[in-house]
Formats: sequence, C-alpha cells, structure tokens
Amino acid sequence: MLTARWDPFSDLWGRMEQLHNEMNRLFNRMSDGLTRSWVGAFPAVNAWEDDEAVYLEAELPGLDLSKLEIFVTGGNQLTLQGERQPNVPADGVWHRQERGFGKFARVLTLPVPVDADKVDARFEHGVLRIKLPKSETAKPRRIAVKAD
Amino acid sequence: MANTALEKKEARTEPAHEVTRGNVYTPRVDIYETTDELLLFADMPGVAPGDVDIRFENGELSLHGRVGARLPSQGVLLKEYGIGDFYRVFTITETIDANKITAEMKNGVLTVHLPKAEALKPRKITVTGG
Repeated sequence: MLTARWDPFSDLWGRMEQLHNEMNRLFNRMSDGLTRSWVGAFPAVNAWEDDEAVYLEAELPGLDLSKLEIFVTGGNQLTLQGERQPNVPADGVWHRQERGFGKFARVLTLPVPVDADKVDARFEHGVLRIKLPKSETAKPRRIAVKAD
Repeated sequence: MANTALEKKEARTEPAHEVTRGNVYTPRVDIYETTDELLLFADMPGVAPGDVDIRFENGELSLHGRVGARLPSQGVLLKEYGIGDFYRVFTITETIDANKITAEMKNGVLTVHLPKAEALKPRKITVTGG
C-alpha cells in the first residue's frame, strides 16, 4: 500500500519511547544513589533477535576486559558485571568530570532459553556485542506436511 | 540488582535504524590539566580510530566521531540508547601549542593531549649569588 510507505509518527514514537527509557534510567540511578554506589540500569543495552539467536549490545568505552564477567544462568538469565576504573594522571586539576566509573552489575531476562556453551562475546571500539544462540527447543521449526 | 525482562515490542514496525540515523550525540568528557598540558578524555563507543576528526581553530576544539548504524530493522527487543555520531565543541582559553596536539583512540575512548604553549608553562628561575 502506498500509504504505508511513510509514517510521520513512527519517528516520534521512537523518540517518545527513548525519552521514557531515559527517564526510567534516570530515576533508577537516583534511587540507587541514595542507598549504595551506582548500580542502576547500567550499562544501557540494545537487544534484538532473529530465528537463530538473541543479540545484545552495550556501550562500555574504556572498559578493561579483565574486569568484565558475563554469565548465563538458568538458560535465560544473562548477567553482565564488571568495573570501570578511572585513569587518573598523577598531578593536576580536573576542569570537567562527566564520565562515570565504578562497579556495575545488570541482569537481563531473555525471552527464550539460549545455548550457554555457544555464547559469543566480542568487544570492539568500546562496544560489547554478545550473540546468544537460541537453544534447539526454542528455534522455530518448519514442519513438512506429507501428502498422501 | 535491577532485572530487565526482554519482551518483544510489537507496536513499532518501522525500521529502528531510521529513527537514529542522523542523530548526533554529545560525548561525555573529562578534562584534566597538568603543568604541561590539557588532557581530554571523551567516551565515543563504536567509533573506530580512523573515524575521528579533531580540529583546533581560533581557540575552538571540535571533536567528531562517526558511527555506522548497528541496530537491525526487525526483531528489536530492547532499545535503551540511540546510535549516531558524536560531536562536541570546546572553547579552550589556555594558549595551546596547536602544532603539538596529539590524540589516540582506544576501546572507544578518545584521548587528546593539548600541550600548553611554552610561554605559559611555569618556569623555575634560578637565583645566582653575586
């Protein structure tokens, strides 16, 4: 259909949703800040799926990989935890400090069970990418219909 | 620990990368001053070392990191951050030796060294006895 080609509101919806998420994250962070160190919804995550796998991506610039741990538990729980350490020069003064540092931990519940042995994680230019192949039982199966 | 459940959002069918394409984000930056230089650290995740433009002109330092679209158009489960270029401009009031500015990009963090001009560096004056 011609009318389906352009939807002026789709962009708006995307932005609204993003704003909503940002607000949630902000409030999470604030309430966490009152009780203990920064362990809100960090890192922010983008995730998507196809028939084969669930893909997950998180921005963790400057992270030392030896400080990052990834677990899959119970087939569908993914835990990311680690620590981002500041690199502070020996002497001098700060003019601006906007980048956050410290420990983080985040648990994500995946929509389907995954094959924990085949999880592949890569870290490139400060972006962590995780591919979690769906377990065989969760994959869509094409059923051949036999004709008589 | 916060537990986030990934659920498929059916409502939006438009390609997600269309939403973020063209968006420009402000990188988070730390600036540190030592006796010899200003040191700037900028978080630019997803920017390859070859995709950064740094300009210093009339006391203005501009940083531009190019990022390609990474999110597929279908099957999006969770979208907590947008993807786009990083851009930011700073006015530097210190006198900088522009020819000696160096920068490196590692793991998505850009480090820029802005050496102070010789005339501004603190100098220790030795007093000689008569």
